[in-house]
Amino acid sequence: MSREVASSTTVAEYDNRTAFAEELVELARTDERIVAVCNDSVGSSNLGAFKSEFPDRLINVGIAEQNMVGVGAGLASAGYIPFVCAAGPFLTGRALEQVKADVAYSQHNVILCGMSPGMAYGELGPTHHSVEDLSWLRALPGLDIVVPADRHQTRLAVRQAVENPRPTYIRVGRFKVPDVSSDSSGLERGTFQTVRDGSDVTLIGTGTTVSRALEAADALAESGLSVRVLNAAYLAPLDIDAITAAAGQTRAIVTAEEANVAGGLGAAVASVVSQLPAGSRPPVRILGLSEFAPTGNTAWLLDHFGLTAAHIRDAAEDALSDG
Amino acid sequence: MLTTDTRQVEQWRELTSAVAGADAVERDALLTDRAKATRREIIKMIDKAGQGHIGGDLSVTDILTVLYNAVLRIDPATPDLEGRDRFILSKGHCAAALYVTLASAGYFPASALSTFMDADSALNGHPNRNKVPGVETNTGPLGHGLPVAVGQALAAKLAGNGARVFAVMGDGEMQEGSNWEALMTAAHYGLDNLTAIVDRNRLQQGARTEDTSSLDPLDEKLLAFGFELRSVDGHDYDQLLGAFAPSSTGKPVAVIANTIKGKGVSFIEDRVEWHHKVPSAEQVALAMEELA
Ligand SMILES: Cc1ncc(C[n+]2csc(CCOP(=O)(O)OP(=O)(O)O)c2C)c(N)n1
Repeated sequence: MSREVASSTTVAEYDNRTAFAEELVELARTDERIVAVCNDSVGSSNLGAFKSEFPDRLINVGIAEQNMVGVGAGLASAGYIPFVCAAGPFLTGRALEQVKADVAYSQHNVILCGMSPGMAYGELGPTHHSVEDLSWLRALPGLDIVVPADRHQTRLAVRQAVENPRPTYIRVGRFKVPDVSSDSSGLERGTFQTVRDGSDVTLIGTGTTVSRALEAADALAESGLSVRVLNAAYLAPLDIDAITAAAGQTRAIVTAEEANVAGGLGAAVASVVSQLPAGSRPPVRILGLSEFAPTGNTAWLLDHFGLTAAHIRDAAEDALSDG
Repeated sequence: MLTTDTRQVEQWRELTSAVAGADAVERDALLTDRAKATRREIIKMIDKAGQGHIGGDLSVTDILTVLYNAVLRIDPATPDLEGRDRFILSKGHCAAALYVTLASAGYFPASALSTFMDADSALNGHPNRNKVPGVETNTGPLGHGLPVAVGQALAAKLAGNGARVFAVMGDGEMQEGSNWEALMTAAHYGLDNLTAIVDRNRLQQGARTEDTSSLDPLDEKLLAFGFELRSVDGHDYDQLLGAFAPSSTGKPVAVIANTIKGKGVSFIEDRVEWHHKVPSAEQVALAMEELA
């Protein structure tokens, strides 16, 4: 799939699950601690290749997500590195208490992989949309939250989870996105990446909204504005320094997330900004969802909820005129 | 919210009274016709939408056909009629089969079926009670229907209105623990007005159910959980009608409906890859021939 961008050229876009699955298989060849746990989702979690290469290390508990996360915690407590994979809403919502008690509170090093998050399952409706995951999981101390923006970052997230296992949620996107980083540009725990630097306004995206923020930045630059674009690749630990710097160095902040605004990226940014001294609290605009979605495909829903590059640009102009 | 199609409600009333008054042979013919029409419509909807859970839709069609045309005490012209019987499709991914069934009872115009999964359509990929009359609760995440059905059966007992409650679960869905919690509650409260139906097609999303997380012996498990057990051919109308008769033991009833996933279309039957797959144009034509 490719999406038209403002300049009407087309850019290649990728399903992050491919990068996720390839990296996992590659690492599992040399690290026998890696196991995958899933809920009848071998296909939708892209674990087919893992299953054929390591049949004993693929544990399919059936349609039983609470059990699945508990089993993952048990495996982690015995020294394995379980990648627990399921569609985002069922992994995080259905098993939320297991994620809290068995993973975050118990500090079992489970890698929770929320597949096809956001509104990737557009027409399947709100029960299948994982737009509350960020708010739910941000409330849990001791759980890392990684939202890779592209295939390179997805690979890095998997590798880091193996090199330094800790309780972690990785949001593995299905909606195809263009690259926003190069293989070498990295993914650092607890940091927002500066994708572009600027001094007038800061746009912060996460996952699918990073490339949209970049498009918005192009449009704003055309009207002479200097735009900073941050990629909130980690939501926990939160990059307080990057937010503080953006608040001090630019005149407005816009956040955009394929998630509910109650407790997500925007709320995190706003809560940091609200605690800064007077004079360094620029206006913050938060783009995201605040109601259950109507029926529609992902691209249509992202437009419907005001998450296009044009919406981000408009929000930036509005915030600047306020500041 | 969609609204009643009164002409279609009339046709549904004619059909249900014909079914009620017919002998076994005539009744089978009437229900077979209805089920075939439902299956054809399901294929059309999935073809147009470009997605849909075709295998499970075709598997549950006969159960829905019998319930809605010969068992449930409902009035599609008054979807919220007090004291009505309730039906919950817990395996909500099979919304297409439910939508066609509801439309043919007149809950909403059949013309809406062609909007299945379109932008802003009421007919989402999973049933939504706020948009579709006749849908009693929202489903989609597996393992939610039976607990809600237990609550509805308790409510009918409290109100003393004699209403019965039916819920259909997939066999894969029975792997969710919430179902077993609900079974315990139902037995504990002696909910003889509840019928829990398992669409036992032996396939789930990724593989055969017994190869994923085995359920057998399902009959012994349901008996041990305090249910009156009825194991039937889920495509045999006579057997289904018997299975949906009121409890004879004062216990809640569990029906194991032995079905074939993809029933009615030869190349879809009992094949796991058709859990969620769209037929090609030639396959649609072939399916229509087989369902003529
Ligand atoms: C809680 C939850 N986990 C996973 C899924 C994804 N899913 C949709 S259908 C399905 C398989 C269902 O199999 P079964 O219950 O046997 O239904 P059928 O074969 O009749 O279609 C799965 C795993 C879901 N909808 N809900």
